[in-house]
Amino acid sequence: MHKLSRIAWLYIGAVIVAAVIVLAAGPYAGLDWGQVAVLGLLLIACESSATLLNGRGLAWSANTMASLAAVVLCGPAGAAVVSCGTLLGVRRGPTLPQRLFNSGMYVLSAYLAGRTYLAFGGHVGAPGPSSFPGLIGPFAAAAVVHVAVNFMLLHAVFWLTRDPGAAVGRDGLDFKLWLTDLGYGAFGVLIAALWSVLGPFTPVLVLIPVLVARWAVAQFAAQQRAYEATVGALCQAVETKDFYTRGHSERVSRGAVMIATEIGMRPERVGAIRYAGMLHDVGKLGVPTSVLQKRSSLTDDEYAAVQLHPMRGLDIVREIGFLDEALAGIMHHHERIDGRGYPMGLAGDEIPEFARVLAVADAFDAMTSDRSYRGARPVPEAVTELRKWAGKQFDPAFVDAFVTAIERDGWTAPEPAPAEDPLRAIESL
Amino acid sequence: MASRRYEPRGFPRPALDSGQWLLAAFAGLLIIWAVAQTVVSGVHNVHAALAFGALIALGELLRLNLPGDREAAPIATAGAMAYALLLKIGDAPARPEAAQVVAVTAIAMMIGALPHLAVGRPARVTAMSARLLAVACVAAAFRPLANAGLIGGRWWSELPVMLGLVVAAWLLESVVAALIRTDQLRTRFVVALGDELRVQFAIAAAAGASALLIAFAAEVMGLAAVAVFAAPLLVTQVALRRYAGIRATYLQTVRALARVTEIGGYVETGHSARVSRLSVAIGRELGMPEAALLQLEYAALMHDIGQLSLRDPVPGGATVLVARDEQRRIAEYGAEVIQQARVLDPVADIVRRQSDPCRPADRSPPPPLSSRIIRAANAYDDLVGSLADPVRSAEAVERLRLDTASEYDPRVVDALSRLVLPPAG
Repeated sequence: MHKLSRIAWLYIGAVIVAAVIVLAAGPYAGLDWGQVAVLGLLLIACESSATLLNGRGLAWSANTMASLAAVVLCGPAGAAVVSCGTLLGVRRGPTLPQRLFNSGMYVLSAYLAGRTYLAFGGHVGAPGPSSFPGLIGPFAAAAVVHVAVNFMLLHAVFWLTRDPGAAVGRDGLDFKLWLTDLGYGAFGVLIAALWSVLGPFTPVLVLIPVLVARWAVAQFAAQQRAYEATVGALCQAVETKDFYTRGHSERVSRGAVMIATEIGMRPERVGAIRYAGMLHDVGKLGVPTSVLQKRSSLTDDEYAAVQLHPMRGLDIVREIGFLDEALAGIMHHHERIDGRGYPMGLAGDEIPEFARVLAVADAFDAMTSDRSYRGARPVPEAVTELRKWAGKQFDPAFVDAFVTAIERDGWTAPEPAPAEDPLRAIESL
Repeated sequence: MASRRYEPRGFPRPALDSGQWLLAAFAGLLIIWAVAQTVVSGVHNVHAALAFGALIALGELLRLNLPGDREAAPIATAGAMAYALLLKIGDAPARPEAAQVVAVTAIAMMIGALPHLAVGRPARVTAMSARLLAVACVAAAFRPLANAGLIGGRWWSELPVMLGLVVAAWLLESVVAALIRTDQLRTRFVVALGDELRVQFAIAAAAGASALLIAFAAEVMGLAAVAVFAAPLLVTQVALRRYAGIRATYLQTVRALARVTEIGGYVETGHSARVSRLSVAIGRELGMPEAALLQLEYAALMHDIGQLSLRDPVPGGATVLVARDEQRRIAEYGAEVIQQARVLDPVADIVRRQSDPCRPADRSPPPPLSSRIIRAANAYDDLVGSLADPVRSAEAVERLRLDTASEYDPRVVDALSRLVLPPAG
């Protein structure tokens, strides 16, 4: 972690001091400490199952659920004490200052939410059947205040500790996240409502479906990552056939995603084009290695074999149940806007959008990396070349989008290829 | 179809077999009895019946396909269990008869299944019957006690009974599902039961806890509780549905990319698919659990990926015909490729050791069972090829049997011969 500025330290210190003052002030008369302990345990359980959202340590947990239940059951001071449980969360990651700040933040949010609940006429204690429609208003106000205070305190700390050199990003502090927070907060009122029938067993029973839901979401995310990693590894294996193209699929995929994001494609389509980029050249396996690595110009027969590779690629990936668009992109990525490409000789808008995007990224990476027949060209020269062929070989709109994205985010060209052919080392049969 | 001989005898079964018929018939009789009983004695608390019925129908509509060709309907299960365990709605005691619980559940399940039938997705009578049976058992055990006023009062006296019933219902459903799978797939009952319990555990826990929450919350919040406590189940269900989707895509992708070796001319067409099918069948025959079978399937599909490192393909792709050192190098390279994915290390390990003999000469530890299975299946397929021919199959099995002293695992070869050769006599 980089060094924090003095203002950041002052801010963090102020939040912690304010929390300590709130905790010292009380009042604690008439508080059911057993109830506070059970809710504190619930909060620790929530905090311990937090999910990490970004590289800077932003994590999300269902703490709101426990603090808001405490607001209804124990009042503002009790809710503040319950929120101290954040300090004891069993998870790796947060450093001591981070833990202290988080706890201070939750103490303040819970206390202010509790005050709001009282101000709107909420009654502290386990609600019964008669308190129902009346309790919703004050509780909703408390929930909004809790989420809003939490949001502001957290935003401020991320703003103060941001990396001055880093790109402007949203850091995952997403509006959707705060809606989710409100949703889990609503469970607070359910815990409070059940307290009169189920007593201290309530948190246990409420926690099970919530934790299973989070587990299911995590399973999905893990499977998605595993899938991407496996596709990546298999694509690399395919590339070993032609060592000049090592990393090519990965870079084409990256370039295609840059273009797609630049022109504002929907996230699902961006995901699909990423896979299309990774898989666009699998059909090259059908082309004899000797042709792929040939240093002189190709004969007609050899050229025909090369021209067949998009179709062979389609043959391989056809059975994968993903977007048809990605398949069309793989099949037509060598078409040209002027209709002189292969395999079908489509022109202009007849060429699927994915294919037009892939064509730009593919050609650009081919120009900026070493090939058997020539060395790599520098990026500015490749950009000029792209512009020159826009309207003939490429779709001008996508060339523009790509150039804009490269000028803003840069482009990492591959390392120059080593002089010796590494394939010779494993070639023994 | 050339691959027919790899399918274990008696699978897939075209229609329901006797065990499933028995279950479905029993469920049918139960429904008739429950509906008749309810009609005779009249419906108790129509509002509650409609509210819970609606939740069950919704849950059945949103039923979920889990990995391994399983079905679950957690929202429907939670709704039905909650109805069976209901004690009070607000201040008024709720006393539906067990027959009414079964009738409401059954009718709601059928209504929920109708849209699926309308779009041509067949109803799984067996899975639905098993779910109904579990609910019926809970209702039959709990309703008479509750309606007589023997259960009730404080949560510590009610909760253990309810908890016990929910767990028992889950065990019952798992046993029924495992019995059916044992029958269908030639697995062993204990293995099938273990798989079933593992796969369903999280969902069953969430559904069971939600059932208890709904039953208790109805006391404070009335029938609104029914809708509110289904929310986390909905989140779970959406996530699991996407999980199952990506898992299916994953398998399709590995299957498709495993074929790059075929298109590159390294191996015969269909080789990886045949080896993986045969390997999984052998693994099942030897009682491997489902998680291990999935890894075996991945490893078998990708067992030849290492051949991509060769500049020129092995003639006919038959790795059984090339020297041990070269086989080992191909396996090592394939394992390296798979290891790069970082999530498939056990699979990489299986691929790495696929060419090791079953009893290594230098007394090093023998390769994992999965590697031994792939070794035998691969050798068999290299010898037989895509041509279905009983004489060739028998010869190939004989040849593998001759090498069981050191090369091939005798248990694996036995299982293989049971699968590919017609039964003796």
